[in-house]
Amino acid sequence: MNKVFTQSKSLRDIDTHYCPGCGHGILHRLVAEVIDELGLREKTIGVAPVGCAVIAYDYWSFDCTEAAHGRALAVATAIKRCRPNLAVFTYQGDGDLASIGLAETVHAANRGENLTCIFVNNACYGMTGGQMAPTTIIGQKTTTTPWGRSPSNGDGWPLKVSEMLAPLEGVCFVARATITNPNAVLKTKNYIKKAFCNQMENKGFSLVEILSPCPTVWQKEPTQAMRWIEEEMVKVFPLGVIKDKA
Amino acid sequence: MNNKILLSGNEAMGEAAIRAGCRFYAGYPITPQNELTAYMAKRMHQEKRIFIQAESELAAINMVFGASSTGARAMTSSSSPGISLKQEGISYMAGTQLPAVIINVMRGGPGLGNISSSQSDYFQSTRGGGHGDYFTPTLAPASAQEAAELTMLSFDMADYYRTPVLILADAIIGQMMEPLILPQKSTFTKKLAAKSWALTGADKRAPNIVRSLFLGEGMLQAHNEMLRKKWETIKNNEQRHEAYKTEDARYLIIAYGSQARIAIDVIDSLRKQNIKAGLFRPVSLWPYPEKALRQISKKIKKVFVVEQSLGQMIEDVRLSLPGEEIHFFGKAGGGIPTVEEIIKFVKRNY
Repeated sequence: MNKVFTQSKSLRDIDTHYCPGCGHGILHRLVAEVIDELGLREKTIGVAPVGCAVIAYDYWSFDCTEAAHGRALAVATAIKRCRPNLAVFTYQGDGDLASIGLAETVHAANRGENLTCIFVNNACYGMTGGQMAPTTIIGQKTTTTPWGRSPSNGDGWPLKVSEMLAPLEGVCFVARATITNPNAVLKTKNYIKKAFCNQMENKGFSLVEILSPCPTVWQKEPTQAMRWIEEEMVKVFPLGVIKDKA
Repeated sequence: MNNKILLSGNEAMGEAAIRAGCRFYAGYPITPQNELTAYMAKRMHQEKRIFIQAESELAAINMVFGASSTGARAMTSSSSPGISLKQEGISYMAGTQLPAVIINVMRGGPGLGNISSSQSDYFQSTRGGGHGDYFTPTLAPASAQEAAELTMLSFDMADYYRTPVLILADAIIGQMMEPLILPQKSTFTKKLAAKSWALTGADKRAPNIVRSLFLGEGMLQAHNEMLRKKWETIKNNEQRHEAYKTEDARYLIIAYGSQARIAIDVIDSLRKQNIKAGLFRPVSLWPYPEKALRQISKKIKKVFVVEQSLGQMIEDVRLSLPGEEIHFFGKAGGGIPTVEEIIKFVKRNY
């Protein structure tokens, strides 16, 4: 009998620590599948963030490093410069990439570092128990915006990092996707694949932002969380290719 | 043939790093170490190595973290306020056991302070500096010549012990131009192992993971115990000092960096007045050269500590010489103790 599906070689066969309905499981797998399909497992270095995905390297089966909170793209910059023949990527959440690490994000993009950046936007700080993130949408309740995020309260507006980065000269590819249905998952995978292919073809900085559910912090059933992305989040963060220089 | 060349301490450290095989440098502008960054920008390009002007000191140290994780010899340099920012990365490198060389050309503090020479970062350098239980070997040059030699040594030391190593120079040492002979190789004699832990792509081996996060029951404690053994080994192996006219000395001046240069004039002058003074100059500030200091102090009546700070190294002198009569003279904020002032200070207390 023909075997038509096996687990990715880039993914370890271990139990998950993520909450039920969390998006990281799907996204870890998509990254692993893309790396397998491109034959890069032995030529990849991943940079894990600080956040829920802090131990992403426990799930993947290729070389990885941790990075201090927000510094993943500075760490990845140097790794790629020292090992230009390897595929180097960061996997970061919204607090890591868009708040504490925004300077590192903007400057790595602006230098046109030949890197792949996977940006997981769940509109909150998950690991620390659900505080406001730069990407928290207006009216969204978190532990630090108990009455909902409110610009008139001084909370500011959701930061649209992808739209901010796209105009920079060094940026090759920016796309936003989600994982709320099989079709969306496939689209996300294609974007991730493109972001890795761009790097292997030396085309510069590629970022894929994924709107990803956090049912625990959002206090929703997993299916409700998926619906909330489709009904509320995409209004603030529209899906699709934002820039494609490749 | 005379191979002497004229370089500032900053440039000497840069050239020594090139000779030590430094493959990656990242820095951010800050006075009084800018000559070093400029030197690296030019020389790393000539040598086809990697130079990055980072967007901040935080980014620079984390780039060094990344470069080091691939097995490359990596360095950054800065001055006091910038080194404070780098403490995050230094702590992570101590935790993940990544080697690196970090040069601090000290200026006045606290806060923005000023750009004058200072020795006020002694505590920060010798007591860990960042969060967590760790130490960083810290070497303090007293000349451009020694700045070059210690820079070369620090790359080997960092690789051998898998730890960040600090060069703690004061602004005088960094800025002053002096003739020197560039060393051909490091004075480190231990054999360096291949970096089997480095991230090179998991080709025909299990994946390597660079991490300082240990969440499992007892795992971090075990990691810290392993690190403790390393710090103890370094403490045993790497104490360095220089002594000047201590054989018959009854009065011992203890100073490091530029202050030790001034103290030599003090000692020569005191000896002309029949006061038998000698100098003990720590070269390694951590580990503090306590074994040698105890030995030398056996025939000493009184100890005089001179620093360009309000008194930081003196705590290590007190820890090394319990019960000894110890006097302190120091100036912070860019003030430089003069030969005359130090002579007066010794005579007042001897």
